[in-house]
Amino acid sequence: MDGFTLFPPPSFWDNWLSFWRFEDINVLWVLMGSILLGMSASVIGGFAFLRKRSLIGDALAHAALPGVMMAFLLFQTRDPLIIFIGALCSSFIGFFLIDWLPKNTKIKADTALAITLSFFFAIGLMLLSYIQGLEVSNKSGLDNILFGQAAAMTEEDIQLLTYVTLFTLITVVLFFQKFRLIAFNQDFARTIGMAVHRYELLLALLIVMSVVVGLQLVGVVLMAAILLTPIAAARFWSNQLSHILIIASMLGALSAIISTQLSYLAPAMPTGPWMVVSLSVLFILSLLFAPKKGLVKRYFEFQALRQQVAEENILRTLYKLLERKEFMHNHFTQADIQSFRNMPSSCLQSTLKQLGKKGLIKASTQGVQLTQSGLERATQLTRRHRLWENYLNQQAKLLPEQVHQQAERIEHILTDAQEAQLQRELSNSQSDPHGNAIPTTHKADKTQDAISSTSNTRGGENFD
Amino acid sequence: MINDIWILATASLVAAACALVGVFLILRRQALMGDAISHSVLLGIVLAYLITDSRALPVMLGGAVLIGLLTAWLSDSLHRIGKLQNDASIGIVFTLFFAIGVILVSLYTGQIDLDQECILYGEIAFIPFDTLTIGGGGNIADGFEIGPRAFWSIAIVFMIVLISILITFHRLQTVAFHPNLALSLGINTVFWHYFLMTLVSMTTVASFDAVGAILVVALLVIPASSAYLVAKSLKGMLWSAIAYSQTSVAIGYTLAYQLDSAISASISVSAGLLLLLTILILEIQKKRTHNLQKAS
Repeated sequence: MDGFTLFPPPSFWDNWLSFWRFEDINVLWVLMGSILLGMSASVIGGFAFLRKRSLIGDALAHAALPGVMMAFLLFQTRDPLIIFIGALCSSFIGFFLIDWLPKNTKIKADTALAITLSFFFAIGLMLLSYIQGLEVSNKSGLDNILFGQAAAMTEEDIQLLTYVTLFTLITVVLFFQKFRLIAFNQDFARTIGMAVHRYELLLALLIVMSVVVGLQLVGVVLMAAILLTPIAAARFWSNQLSHILIIASMLGALSAIISTQLSYLAPAMPTGPWMVVSLSVLFILSLLFAPKKGLVKRYFEFQALRQQVAEENILRTLYKLLERKEFMHNHFTQADIQSFRNMPSSCLQSTLKQLGKKGLIKASTQGVQLTQSGLERATQLTRRHRLWENYLNQQAKLLPEQVHQQAERIEHILTDAQEAQLQRELSNSQSDPHGNAIPTTHKADKTQDAISSTSNTRGGENFD
Repeated sequence: MINDIWILATASLVAAACALVGVFLILRRQALMGDAISHSVLLGIVLAYLITDSRALPVMLGGAVLIGLLTAWLSDSLHRIGKLQNDASIGIVFTLFFAIGVILVSLYTGQIDLDQECILYGEIAFIPFDTLTIGGGGNIADGFEIGPRAFWSIAIVFMIVLISILITFHRLQTVAFHPNLALSLGINTVFWHYFLMTLVSMTTVASFDAVGAILVVALLVIPASSAYLVAKSLKGMLWSAIAYSQTSVAIGYTLAYQLDSAISASISVSAGLLLLLTILILEIQKKRTHNLQKAS
């Protein structure tokens, strides 16, 4: 493997420059064609994905192979239109077989997909090997459609590609509302009198056409990824279908540019695999770093939530300690807290530090002490906890022993409005099922007065 | 003549091993996972070869099983963490692995005796020329030729598959037919899932030389589906899957001989034709019993 370099450096840059200067006008056309294909395949793949038929593209692309070979065998020509029509026919037969098998036999849908895919592919390969044994002209290059070869595309190929992809994109834009309705709620579409079947057929036609026209560029074997990966990646970026489809088409176009370029720089290299690899990289980046649903973002959100829960748990513990001392004494050591809430010391210390920074507690010689704002927050949390316990006890008829665990979770996420609603709906909002008083928050400042002067005995009564 | 026998023997072992594993794939509704693994195994083979520079069976099996299990695990994780549909996550993973495999093959064509053709068809017609020799103290000429390498690979894997199925038959049966019962009995279904995936990976890698990466899907899925349509029990399904696969080999080999087409593709096509024939006969039977019921 020593001394092996993929591209000799100088000629690589020369090639790259000449690619982007479009010295060969054909390059520009191939680039345009592949961008259009990337866009239309991603958009139409989006609808297949929403219909939960993500791998339909895989099966249809494989199913196109015998059609290509048959068309060549019958007409002895490489005319793109004839090949296209042949592929379209066999792809459609495959489409109906996938539909027919699970409906009429015991065979399950996923098995039907695998059967169609491999059976048609085998027919295609058998015909290809048969053709290669024949004495016919221009048979070489027929196998380019297996892995795709952008550089081998002719002008007529590109013309056809452009027409078909533009047709697909325009149709999707025109019928966007209808397709969306079918994708999300077919029953509803049927009840409002839509000809669902007709639109389904149109959608199928578009899928088959996009798959078939992309074979030259991407190849039979990997066509699945071009339909599937962009939409899966785009889903992490938005929740709105139109945005998702636009992002998916951008990703498709980007990977088309990258792979077409590579196909020109290294002519022996098939285009399809590079397109898949670049799409997969885009997918992984989206999975990790998408702003709302990316894994990194979700991880940080999760950590923040955990931090919040830990802080609020300490506040509640302090409140309970305070309650036990009947609000006479507002200094607690870490051991006091740990006796109430099982928590490792390191975690406790860091959480206490955070609480101190937020001004919710302050450290004193005897330990920690709730500040006024800390007490307010702690009271509010306790109030929500106990209100919820009451709610579960009264409305959901849970036993007092069962309510604590659930309240422990819900106290962190209840809102003011929900709190007020609970207050209104509960007949007894003075004490929780365990007999503890439910504190009220607007008295918090009074309570604070009571606590700050530890000699004042009125403190406890305020909480009745 | 002797070459034809080796080819036929290899093909029928490949078809039998695939049929046995395929039965469980179909029953567990993992046909697409079989498709995925057979594609990604290419990457395992290429990587194992590039790293170790050896084509010994254990190396190939190791690489393939590792990548096969990785495919299964990654698809599952993507399904759970990325909240993608099951088949979408399978599709994303295997297309990526296969693409990397193809790129590596075309980058290092000179060093691996693999090319794009062989990924697709395998090269069953050439397997008699790649033989194994034993003895001879490292000197190949002195050794004793024991037959094609591909034959022995698939023979060993076939034995492994057969013995695994015989030993674990009852467990596999429970897991395949009553996954929920298996779960409630405390059977570790995750383990049995990955166990099956290991068998699939091993079978595909041993079949790779003979039929290539994609046609193996046909051999995994099609004879087992035909058997699924006719069989009444798991044992019956296994036997009829083997019968279907052997018939396909016989018909396919004749077809390939007559048309001068690729042997592996012809075998897969005949398996498909047998499936269609089975469906046709079942449909006619259904119609007939329907009519009889109407008449009476």
